[in-house]
Formats: sequence, structure tokens, C-alpha cells
Amino acid sequence: MIKAILIFNNHGKPRLSKFYEHYNEDTEQQIIRETFHLVSKRDENVCNFLEGGLLIGGLDYKLIYRHYATLYFVFCVDSSESELGILDLIQVFVETLDKCFENVCELDLIFHVDKVHHILAEMVMGGMVLETNMNEIITQVDAQNKMEKSEAGIAGAPARAVSAVKNMNLPEMPKNINIGDISIK
Amino acid sequence: MDRRYLGFQPTECECWRGSVKQRFIFSKYKHYYRAMSPSVPLQEMIRAIRSARTQCEERGVIQRECAAIRAQFRQTDNGGRSHNLAKLLYVHMLGYPAHFGQMECVRMIASPRYSEKRVGYLGAMMLLDEKQDASLLITNSIKNDLSHSNQYVQSLALCTLACMGSAEMCRDLAPEIDRLLRSSNSYIKKKAALCAVHIVRKVHELGELFVPSARSLLSEKNHGVLHGAVVLITELCERSPETLERFRKTVPDLVQIMKGLVISGYSPDHDVAGVSDPFLQVRILRLLRILGRNNEAASDAMNDLLAQVATNTDSTKTVGNAVLYETVLTVLDIKSESGLRVLAVNILGRFLLNNDRNIRYIAMTSLQKIVSTDHNAVQRHRGTIVDCLKDQDASVKRRALELSLALVSASNIRSMMKELLIFLSSCPPELRAQAASGIFNAAERYAPSKRWHIDTILHVLTTAGGDVRDETVPNLIQLITNTSELHCYTVHKLYRELLTDISQQPLVQVACWCIGEYGDLLLKGECQETEAVQVTEDDVLDALEIVLQSHMSTPTTRGFALTATMKLSTRITDNVDRIRSIVSIYGSCIDVELQQRAVEYNALFKKYDHMRAAVLERMPVIQKNSLGQTNGELSEEPIKESQPGKVKQEETALPQQPAGQVCDLLDLLGGSQEPLQPSPSVGGSASTQLTAAPTSAGGDLLDLLGGFEPTPLVPAPTVTVYEKNGVTLTLSCEQQSESGLTVTLTASNSTDSDLSSFTLQAAVPKSVQLQMRAPSRDSLPAHGGAKLTQLVVLNNPNKVNLKMRIRVSYTCQGSVVQDTVQVDSFPGL
Repeated sequence: MIKAILIFNNHGKPRLSKFYEHYNEDTEQQIIRETFHLVSKRDENVCNFLEGGLLIGGLDYKLIYRHYATLYFVFCVDSSESELGILDLIQVFVETLDKCFENVCELDLIFHVDKVHHILAEMVMGGMVLETNMNEIITQVDAQNKMEKSEAGIAGAPARAVSAVKNMNLPEMPKNINIGDISIK
Repeated sequence: MDRRYLGFQPTECECWRGSVKQRFIFSKYKHYYRAMSPSVPLQEMIRAIRSARTQCEERGVIQRECAAIRAQFRQTDNGGRSHNLAKLLYVHMLGYPAHFGQMECVRMIASPRYSEKRVGYLGAMMLLDEKQDASLLITNSIKNDLSHSNQYVQSLALCTLACMGSAEMCRDLAPEIDRLLRSSNSYIKKKAALCAVHIVRKVHELGELFVPSARSLLSEKNHGVLHGAVVLITELCERSPETLERFRKTVPDLVQIMKGLVISGYSPDHDVAGVSDPFLQVRILRLLRILGRNNEAASDAMNDLLAQVATNTDSTKTVGNAVLYETVLTVLDIKSESGLRVLAVNILGRFLLNNDRNIRYIAMTSLQKIVSTDHNAVQRHRGTIVDCLKDQDASVKRRALELSLALVSASNIRSMMKELLIFLSSCPPELRAQAASGIFNAAERYAPSKRWHIDTILHVLTTAGGDVRDETVPNLIQLITNTSELHCYTVHKLYRELLTDISQQPLVQVACWCIGEYGDLLLKGECQETEAVQVTEDDVLDALEIVLQSHMSTPTTRGFALTATMKLSTRITDNVDRIRSIVSIYGSCIDVELQQRAVEYNALFKKYDHMRAAVLERMPVIQKNSLGQTNGELSEEPIKESQPGKVKQEETALPQQPAGQVCDLLDLLGGSQEPLQPSPSVGGSASTQLTAAPTSAGGDLLDLLGGFEPTPLVPAPTVTVYEKNGVTLTLSCEQQSESGLTVTLTASNSTDSDLSSFTLQAAVPKSVQLQMRAPSRDSLPAHGGAKLTQLVVLNNPNKVNLKMRIRVSYTCQGSVVQDTVQVDSFPGL
């Protein structure tokens, strides 16, 4: 079972924190800080597995992490998960983010935290791996986003109007509208 | 710079899906400054927070935002409700309190609009949990949403239930989930399967409900659903042995599915670097492991398949390695044939030589699990493992240390110890304590000679003296007293060490004790084992005084030194006055313990000088019952995953005392009045009285007068009286007197789960009196992590035929188990 999924940057600021077991808010922040300390001390060429810190469960739990540019993706798992499998899951997650956001960078995660949560919800549910096929995940996420947009109502109207205008095929519209001869009696 | 693209650098670990180039994107910025629905308010707030330059400013911004959000929550109808909640969740992630949003989550979940439901459920997962009252309110909404026509609404409800569903919610909604397991929509089915897993975890009894649907899900084609089904079945089997029996019949189906995955041609949907859906393969292998454990028939059915997977999977990619690793674990756990086992261990050996550190780490983890059962096979790779001790990676070092300690045996003890001692001198601080205690255990079990043993312990004390456990000092002292032929050698060596360095407290304590005890040997100046050094009485007293006065010495060490100085008063001839003056100085020491000792020693000099020689004579040899077990030879059922547990168990085993009466130094000299009675006739018997009083080892006031029973103890024969469900109870008894008998009950647990509230009750025939002492612990950790001992004192004045009925009761995974066993014959009687 996956206990927590954390994303934070090189300075320890959390970009996503999802806990699958309940802790109160202070403990959550402490866990993030502690995990950051453990993970930031690691060299670049050591293995990606760490024994967990004391707060999150001590020696029973492992931290499996990957470092991409400015972000650390950390999964805290127990012994029932395959370590190499989780490593790959992190890779799938980042690739999915890449597809959804188009060349994802840290700013995307900052400004669209809710979207990242929704993508993650398609992959991991209740601490267990749900879906690992990237295309499947993206299809579902797109469908849900579409549903949300279709409900957007008046607030979304300007955007829809703009996109409608953009999609209007102006050259096709007749330039001269020939009404024909009207005889006015 | 957070503008950088999350580059997937190819030099980072081998990834399963190829590498992506690194790029720098600057134009994305314009994106965020354009108005975009519907997250604009959220983004504006995020921008405002990020532009705050100090923590204080940020707090101010957030407080303002929260106040605005709170005000808006209070208004009833609001178009932008979802934005407010989204903002609140962002604030929560940063660590600020957000509990006032809980009711808003409840309201949003009940809204008919999808966007609001989405944010509401997300908020529920982040802010609510079982302890909050608000979580009960969403049960109804979840129930309605589970039957919604839109699959995405259903999936939101399922997801939230799986994340934070409490036991009551699970009980209410379990039938709904079961219905969804049978729906025709695979998207919903796979989510329902995982939701069912969560329900089973929360409320174990509901597992029964899901068994039929789980069984039928195995015939699905959709991999996502299959994956969920396998996870569900795994969970059900792990919870209840009866369900496990029923699911054994599915082994052929699982084998079929695996064969399909392994042999089938390229399938673009699930293929990862040539391996078809490795996640599913790994899950199925894990389930097969659980089903095949301890069962011949099931294991036979899997043998072919496992051999096929092991040989066909491509091990050049990480993907293949993950599947291979899982296969190896399965082979080693079930009752597989020997050829297959050899293949599995060889694969692990290949992993050990792999360049990728991750693979090496994984290999060592799995070798750890099998080292107790397939000891010889693992021994073949000892060289590689010992090399890994020198790896730079701390995780790899830790694994290598544990494995090396497990591989120590009588034949390789000398070479292994050399390596381990080298490792100890350069190991990271967090591993030192473990390494030191591991070395001690190994030395104790396999020491080829006493001298080697003492040398090793001294070496460890000089290198890592600060990290050893407290009981090392008494253990070492006991070891030294036992090797009477090496007293001279030991005291010379320790004296030399004391001269060089007095910072390592355990070493100094042992050295002081030895000098006090064997000072005469030191002063004689001749020694067979090592070259003699001429030591005068003044030198020795100087050394002890340095320890007494040094600021590096702890009060305990000072106590040792003072007592040693005192003992020397009977061993030396010339400088007794000097000793007297040292002792009297400390009579006014601030430390109460030292002061008390000094005052009492003073009394020994003045009023009880006639007793001094008797009181301070050499201590008798200390006996102890050792609980050592050797590696690779197991008399009880094989404990497969318990190697770390077993090593710990030996570390924590303290020397057992007969009829544990505890009596410490203060009791003897300070508290009770008897030894200080002024009658001279008491003087003679006082010394025997003092030596006969048992003390507890492991206390840091190792008193000079604490003796143990002069008669050596014959190790009591033990018999196993109860062995069921992994719980073993052994019994040993000793005759203490004509009618008195002490029975020692030892319980251990070799199952995979911890047993709590472990209690033993005993009943005996009417004329026998029974007294149960307090047990050593009340829970038994899994895999034999620790043993529970309980002493029972019996008095059988009428010499009836002794029988005992013992009731064992414990709690295992939430259910209470009780069992009774009758013991008719007692060993040794």
C-alpha cells in the first residue's frame, strides 16, 4: 500500500501532497519536511530507495523517489509493493503529466494543483495502484475535463465564444449575398 | 529555477519507456497571464502568494484570502463556489489551517454540477477523515452518486470512499460496491474492485460478501479490471485462511492468464520494452506466492509456469528484472522443486553483480529473506556481499551489513570479522550501533578462542565505544571472569588502552573493573601472552585517578574507578594511605552516588577494617544461561522472513537469572542494616551472605559485592508443549528445593503478523501451590522478533504427580484466539 505521495521542489516547498492515511495538518507538514531532509541529502548516483523517516512509519516503510530537474517525486510505500514497479509508476505519472500539460514544468504543477490531483486520482486510489496504462489515464482525464467545461455555463461563455469564432470558417462564408432582384411594388 | 522543464535525463536510472529530451520553455509564461476559465481566481491567488517576499507577507496574504473565502462560504448561492474551495485546498497544502472548509465540501458534494462535485470530493479527501463529524454527512451523497448515470460521478464517489471511508460508511455502502463489481462498465469495475479492497481492510467481516464477485472478475479481459481483481483476491486471501483455501482452486486460471501474458505476441496496449503488462504479471506472481505457500498441489501447478517465466523474461531491461525478481521470490516461498530453487538463487546472484544499484539493493533484500532456509546457496555469494559493504550508498551498505551478519558461521568467522571490523571503523553513524551489536552476537556464537573473543570486543569498544548497548559492559566483564587463564593478558591489555585513551566510556569502565579485580596480576609484571610491562603501584593509581578526575568520565565510570581504587587496597601493599586519602576526598563529592560509596569505603577503612579483606576479595565466576542459536541450523519450523528479527532477538536476550530477585548495591550497603552490624561473628558470614545475594545484570551500578549463586546452573532441559498456528510454547523446569519448583514458559511467534495481548494462564492440581510471576512482555512481534518468558513458581509439598494445564490467549489481526494444552510430564523431574 502506498502511504503518501509527495512532490516538492529543491528547496522543500510542497507542490503536491497526497496522504492515503490520515494525519493531522501539523504532522503532515512535519512529514514533508522530514522527507525533504532525507531525500535532499542523497547523491545523484545512489539507488532510489530509502528507509522511511520516523514520523511516517520508520523502518517498515520505504521512500522511493526520483529527481527530475527541480522536483522530487517521492512515494512512501510499505513492503507489499514492488519497489521496481513503483519506480516505473513514478515514470508513468510524470509522462502522463507531460502529455496533459504539454512539456510540463514546475509552474504547471503550481498553478494547476487541482488538475494534478485529478490525474493522480486516475492512477492511484486508496493507496493502491489503479491504472498504469498512460493512454487510458489520459482518455479518462480528458473526458472528465470536457464534462466540466460543458457545465461551465455563463462563466465559460466568453471562452467558448472566442473559440467558436476562431473555429468559424470565414473564407467559406459567401462574400456577396445574392438576394436576387426584388421587385417592390 | 522552476521554469526548467522536468527533464528526463537519460543518465538517470534506466526508465521503462525511453527517455525524453530536456528543454527550456519560456513562452509558457504568457499562458498564465491570459484570462483562463475557470481557475482564474485560483491562479490569481497563487500569483499573489508567490509574489510575497517574506514568510510574514505570505501569511498576511493567506489570512486575507481565507477571510474572503470564509465570507463567501457564508453566502448561500454563489457562482464561484468551486473556485473558493480550490483556493482553500491550495492553502491547505501549504500547511495553513483549512478546517472551516469542511461543511463547504459537504455542500459541494451534494451539488448537481459536476465541476462542484469534483472539487467537493477532492476537498473531502484532503480535509475530512473518520474522526470528523462532517464525514458522516457525505455518506448519503456518496450513496446517491454511486448510482448516478454518469460514470465519472460514480468514479468520484468510489475514489473518495476508497480514500477516506470509515468503517460505518463501508458497512453501509458495501452492497452497492458489490453491485458495481458486477456492472458491465470496466472503468467502474476496476475502481469498484479497489474500493472493495479498502472496505475489506476496514471491516474484515465484509470480505465474505465480495468473494463470489471477485471470483467471476478473473475471467475479464480488461487488464485494469484484472489487476483490480487480483489485488482484491490477494487482500481476501491474506485476511482469512478459509478464503485462501477456496481461492486455491483458481490457480489454474491464474496460470493460464500468466501464460497468455508471457507467451503472447506483441500487444501495443500493454507492452513495456518487450514485456507484456509487467504490473499485472507482478501482481499475479504475488498472488500465486500466497496461494502456493505450504501447499504441495498448488505449488506443483505453478512449477512449469515459473520456470518458463524465469527463463524467458528478458533481464537486460529493468522491466524484465522486476518480473524476474517477483518470480524468484515466489519460487523461494512456495514448495518448489530443488532445480527451480537453484535457478532462483542463481538469478539473485546475477542481480548482485548488476551495475544498477537499485537491482543490487533489491537482490540483497530478497537474499535476506531466504538466508535462513537456503543458507548454503547464499554463502556462495558471500564475497560479493562483503564487497558491497564498501559501496558508497548508505542503503546498500545497510543491506550488506544485515546480510553479512546473517552469513557469519563457524567456518568463516575470522575472515568475516576482519571485514566487519574494517567496516565498523568507516561506517556511517546510523549503522554503528547495529554493526556493533551484530559483531558482538557473532563473536559470542562463533568465537574460535577466548582470546580472539576478548580481542574482538576490545577492538569494537575502541572503535565504536560510544554506540554499544549498555549490557555490553556486564557481558564483557562476565566473559573476562570466565576466562581465568587470560586474566593476566586481559588486564595488561586494558591497562595499556586506558593509558592511551579514556574517552570511550564502556572501555574505561571495563578497564577500571579489571584493574580493580586483577590489579595484583598487573603489578606482578609477568605475563605469558603478551610482553610484560613494569607497572608500579603509583602508575596504576595515577591512571585510576586520571579517570576519576577527567571531565570526560560519566558518573558511572567514576563509580567504577572509585570502586576499583578501593579494591586495590587489598591487592597492593605500599600505597594504602594514598587510597585512603582518595576515598576520603570523595566523601564530600557532589555526586550522591560517589559520595555514598566513598563514605561507605571510608567506613570499611575505619570501623570495619577487619572485614575489608573478605569484602574485597576476588569475585566468583559468573554463570549465565545463553540463548544463542546458530545460523543455518534451525530446529523449529523454518522462519522464512525472520532473519532480522532473529538477530534482534538474540541481541535483546539478557542473561537469565534463576528466580528473578533483584537486589542492587544500595540495598546491600546503604539500605539494609545487616552487614554493618558490629558483631564480629557476623563478619565471617556477611561475606557469604553478600556473595549469595543475586543481582540483576545489565544494571549500570555493577557492584563489587554482587555475587551470583555459587553453584553453577545446569542448563534446564526444555520441551515444546504447544505448537499451533505459528505460536510455540516451550517449558523448562528446575527443582529449587524439596518441594519447590520453578517452571519457565517461553512463547514465540513465527507467523507473519504481530500477536497482541498475549497471556498465559496455568492451573495445577489442588494440593500444589502456584504463583505466576509477571511475564516479560505482553505481545509477540511477527517472525519471532522477540520471545515472551514467564516464570511460574510451584510448591508441591505433598509430592503429588504434577500436571499443569496452560491456557494461551492472544489477539491476532483483531480476532481473539484461545487454546488450552495439558502438560503431564515435566522434563528433568
